[in-house]
Amino acid sequence: MLRVVFLVPLLPLAGFAILLLSGRKLGNPWAGWLATFMVTASFVVTVVVFAGLFRLPGSDRSYTQTWFSWISAGHLHVDMGLLVDPLSMTMAAFVTGVSALIHLYSIGYMEHDEDFPRFFVYMNLFVAAMLLLVLADNFLFLFLGWEGVGVCSYFLIGFWFERDSASSAAKKAMIFNRIGDAAFLVALFLIYERTGSLGYRTVFAHLGSVGEPSLVAIGLLLFGGAVGKSAQIPLYPWLADAMEGPTPVSALIHAATMVTAGVYLMCRINPILYRAPDAGHVIAAIGAATALLGATIACAQNDIKKILAYSTISQLGYMFMAAGIGAYDAAIFLMLTHAFYKALLFLGAGSVIHAMNDDQDVKTMGALARVMPITAVTFLIGWLSIGGVPVFSGFWSKGDVLLNSYAFSPALWAVGAVTAVLTAYYLGRAYLLAFRGEQRWVEAKPRQAGLHPHDPSWVMSLPLVVLGVLSALGGLINLPIHPDLDFLNRWLHPVFAARLFQHQWSLGGVWTFALIDSVLALLGVSLAIALWTHTYERPAAEPVFLQRAWYIDWAYDRFLARPSTELAVETSSVVEAKGIDGAVNGFAWMVRATGRRLRKLQTGYVRNYALGLGAGLVLILAYVLTRAS
Amino acid sequence: MSIDASWYLTLAAVLFTIGAIGLLVRRNVLVMFMCVELMLNAANLTFVTFARKLNDVAGQTAVFFVLVVAAAEVVVGLGIIVSIYRRRPGATADDIHGLKG
Repeated sequence: MLRVVFLVPLLPLAGFAILLLSGRKLGNPWAGWLATFMVTASFVVTVVVFAGLFRLPGSDRSYTQTWFSWISAGHLHVDMGLLVDPLSMTMAAFVTGVSALIHLYSIGYMEHDEDFPRFFVYMNLFVAAMLLLVLADNFLFLFLGWEGVGVCSYFLIGFWFERDSASSAAKKAMIFNRIGDAAFLVALFLIYERTGSLGYRTVFAHLGSVGEPSLVAIGLLLFGGAVGKSAQIPLYPWLADAMEGPTPVSALIHAATMVTAGVYLMCRINPILYRAPDAGHVIAAIGAATALLGATIACAQNDIKKILAYSTISQLGYMFMAAGIGAYDAAIFLMLTHAFYKALLFLGAGSVIHAMNDDQDVKTMGALARVMPITAVTFLIGWLSIGGVPVFSGFWSKGDVLLNSYAFSPALWAVGAVTAVLTAYYLGRAYLLAFRGEQRWVEAKPRQAGLHPHDPSWVMSLPLVVLGVLSALGGLINLPIHPDLDFLNRWLHPVFAARLFQHQWSLGGVWTFALIDSVLALLGVSLAIALWTHTYERPAAEPVFLQRAWYIDWAYDRFLARPSTELAVETSSVVEAKGIDGAVNGFAWMVRATGRRLRKLQTGYVRNYALGLGAGLVLILAYVLTRAS
Repeated sequence: MSIDASWYLTLAAVLFTIGAIGLLVRRNVLVMFMCVELMLNAANLTFVTFARKLNDVAGQTAVFFVLVVAAAEVVVGLGIIVSIYRRRPGATADDIHGLKG
């Protein structure tokens, strides 16, 4: 059953190829149904492989399928092959599952778009690239998928490229990711230089002979790549701008899957990080800082997608915090549940935006719960889930991260706890402003006068409901209250083994922390309810520096982007025009002037040429004869 | 009786000089062409002389090559001259200076 794993990435890839060739002919909506079918089929195959892996005893749960030798140059041998182990299958299962739901949703969301088939071309390519990233059995193949998802992200952020803001957001994402990718590439060189290989198995087997400074460097450089892809400090601003893409793209790429690639990478290289604890500390610190920063900014945003984007940045920070301290299973658990509730929240936001005629400002919504009950209830579940309200999935996964971070360092836990309160607060604010209170859209935007918002059709509602159920019950896969119930931890154990950061908590300790987490979550929830139920204007709670995202984006623009643009303009007008063009033109002028003088020699008389020949002959003879004597 | 090699070489030098000077001073294309032939054959004479004196067949081989090349050159050269005659009345080399810079 494990042998069919090759179908997992190849089905979406086939979907991409078919849609690329005949997407226009299939048209709307059949192109979307084909894409959805391919991803769903890939999900089914993943489940089959998953089951096959599950039947094996714990220690044998690793299977490599080598397709062919990809690169063979000197000592460098890279195979194209897939690695099936609990970690990669967990990732593949949630990637294909969530992707299938979002594809289905997109059929409804994109139905009025003229470029309907092109959208699904990119979506299928994205899923294929993400699956290659997750299933690769060596770093270079992983990098191929890594770049693949990057370029699909670029295509999809800039999907409405007629808009200036969309095309520049796409470029911004590309540039920020390139900065991270440069670090990733250097890490690859270093890995090859130190271990002579790029395959996971060989690299991890040779780590004993590599010095700790090199391992710290490799770990931090790979983290540099992850910082770009997963939008951590300092390379996070692109993710907020990435909201220019269609909402299902934000749900799929910029919340549920692609941005978690960095966390996956950190978990995959756990043998390296285990031997380089300093790198882990840096990762945890940056993760914690990003979690807090993202959460504070999200508190003051008015664009419903921006709120969710900063929330994603914040949640990714949590995951890096967990991965940095070595609690990889907690990171993966949070990633899974986050994929459910963040996809749910984005799809809910998408259905609101759809109903509001493409208006994204929560201040101009209000009272939508009455007319959009399905969206409102699922969004509510998403809020309670991400806020960590007990029994919802976020409670268990975030609790897991906080528990581990307290055991590692109470300071980390404190940052995480503050972030937890803020998380429950800012999504409560978004929910209350959009779905509760007074209806505001008519007076805010007169052009919305004839608007009758309503729940979307079933293709969009079904994913909402499924994701709502998963967000509510997702915690069941990993309950920490009894050793028999933490299925996910035991499933992932062969991958992380003894390298996992583990603190043996007594049951009382676990319950105490569960109680503290509940209090934190309820504190955030009640804060939101107290502040935002009856009003939608509260400037004190939305300081300008938070609305402007701590001016960091502004600072990047002022101190990096604009000076380099000016430098480029200067270079093109001065150095290029006068220096480079001057040198080229000067050379041409010199050649022409010389030619003008030399052409006098060409008299056109044969006898002159013959005389020249004769004179030359005499000179050569004279030279030879004088040398001979 | 045998004639000393220096006679042949002197003759060759004289022929070559006549050819060279003729090429430089005459205006008639056909005469210039003959001067070129004269120089070629002066060189051939030198080759043969040394081949005989040094008892080495390589010199004579070289002469064969020169003859063949000269024959080819005559074909091409005469062809050019004929086509020039067709286009203009005289055969003065100085009239043909289309390549003047």
